[in-house]
Amino acid sequence: MPEPLFRPGERVRVLKAYPLGHVRTPFYIRGCTGTVERICGAFPNPEELAQMRDGLPPQPLYRVRFLQKEVWPDYRGAAGDVLEVEIYQHWLEKT
Amino acid sequence: MADAPFRGCHDLGGLPAGPVERSEHDYADWERRIDAMAVLLGWKKVVTVDQRRRNVEALPPQAYDALAYYERWVVALGQSLIQRGLITSAELARKMMEVEKRA
Amino acid sequence: MNDTGTYRPLSYFQLMEISLRELLVEKGIVTEDQIAEEVEAMRKRGYERGARVVARAWVDPEYKKRLLENGTRACEELGLEVPALKLLVVENTPDAHNAIVCTLCSCYPRMLLGIPPEWYKSRNYRSRMVREPRAVLAEFGLQIPESVAIRVHDSTADMRYMVLPMRPAGTDGWTEERLASLVNRDSMIGVAVPKGPND
Repeated sequence: MPEPLFRPGERVRVLKAYPLGHVRTPFYIRGCTGTVERICGAFPNPEELAQMRDGLPPQPLYRVRFLQKEVWPDYRGAAGDVLEVEIYQHWLEKT
Repeated sequence: MADAPFRGCHDLGGLPAGPVERSEHDYADWERRIDAMAVLLGWKKVVTVDQRRRNVEALPPQAYDALAYYERWVVALGQSLIQRGLITSAELARKMMEVEKRA
Repeated sequence: MNDTGTYRPLSYFQLMEISLRELLVEKGIVTEDQIAEEVEAMRKRGYERGARVVARAWVDPEYKKRLLENGTRACEELGLEVPALKLLVVENTPDAHNAIVCTLCSCYPRMLLGIPPEWYKSRNYRSRMVREPRAVLAEFGLQIPESVAIRVHDSTADMRYMVLPMRPAGTDGWTEERLASLVNRDSMIGVAVPKGPND
């Protein structure tokens, strides 16, 4: 696996970008800031696999934890409620 | 941004929606066969799950809602096979006309 | 005649299924036998394998540790064939309740739980589970106190998720088989919790 850019516990922000093509970063999480929960490994890029290309080299995939109240301005659940989303490295930046 | 950025019709997280209907669905044989074909084509690396998803996402928004789950899959599989050059539109047309005549 | 033996004209999509299948077979890409075998394998796959994994984790704390660290390897340890499954098991505790959703499509640990229920793939579940999980869980009859945090996992990429529910009280000394019978599919998705003998 290529050396991952981010480590568990690090704060990261999801790019506030809205490109075309097949993308596995959900709309609702773009621009949000969370904490890396773990590195899942490296996998071929689904954005490229969807276009019949091989998606190599494999890209580091992270699970990022977000506080619900920081994702939805009107969130009405408990303060500790979280959302955990798998996000590919190229969709993340340091805060 | 003045205009609304692109959002796929499949990208549903956070959209307003109604109560969850706890329906269970016993799938028909033809639906199970679509699932099986999709799995097999994935294992054989003939059509990746990513390619199939991309084709589901490319359905017009009305079709995404109007079509049942496996109806979306069968269209996506067909599109994927044509994109890969494994079948042609003409072959599919001929075959569908032939099957319809038989039925 | 269609599958049910009653006459109904083929829908456009049924026509397409037959046509794609016949073309694929004619071109030697798949065989009818392979399709039939996979259909049969899928039919047989309920959620029992998932329940077995949960029951083992309940009786064996070391196994549970390994399960939480590498779900796939832990399944293989039990002799479960889980090709291509990258499993991540999330544990319910007195402080946290987990629930799974795939907002983008319908990703689901099929090798352990079978085919996902229709509601899991529905617009309403996929839209609301990430935004108002407590309301959705309440619709399923599950009230989670405010003191318990809810962790919603959106299966957006390569991992597949399963919830390890808490072992119900009053089950001391139960065999794994008996414990597995308490574990239903919904409790491994996180929209239910197993009921014990005291419930």
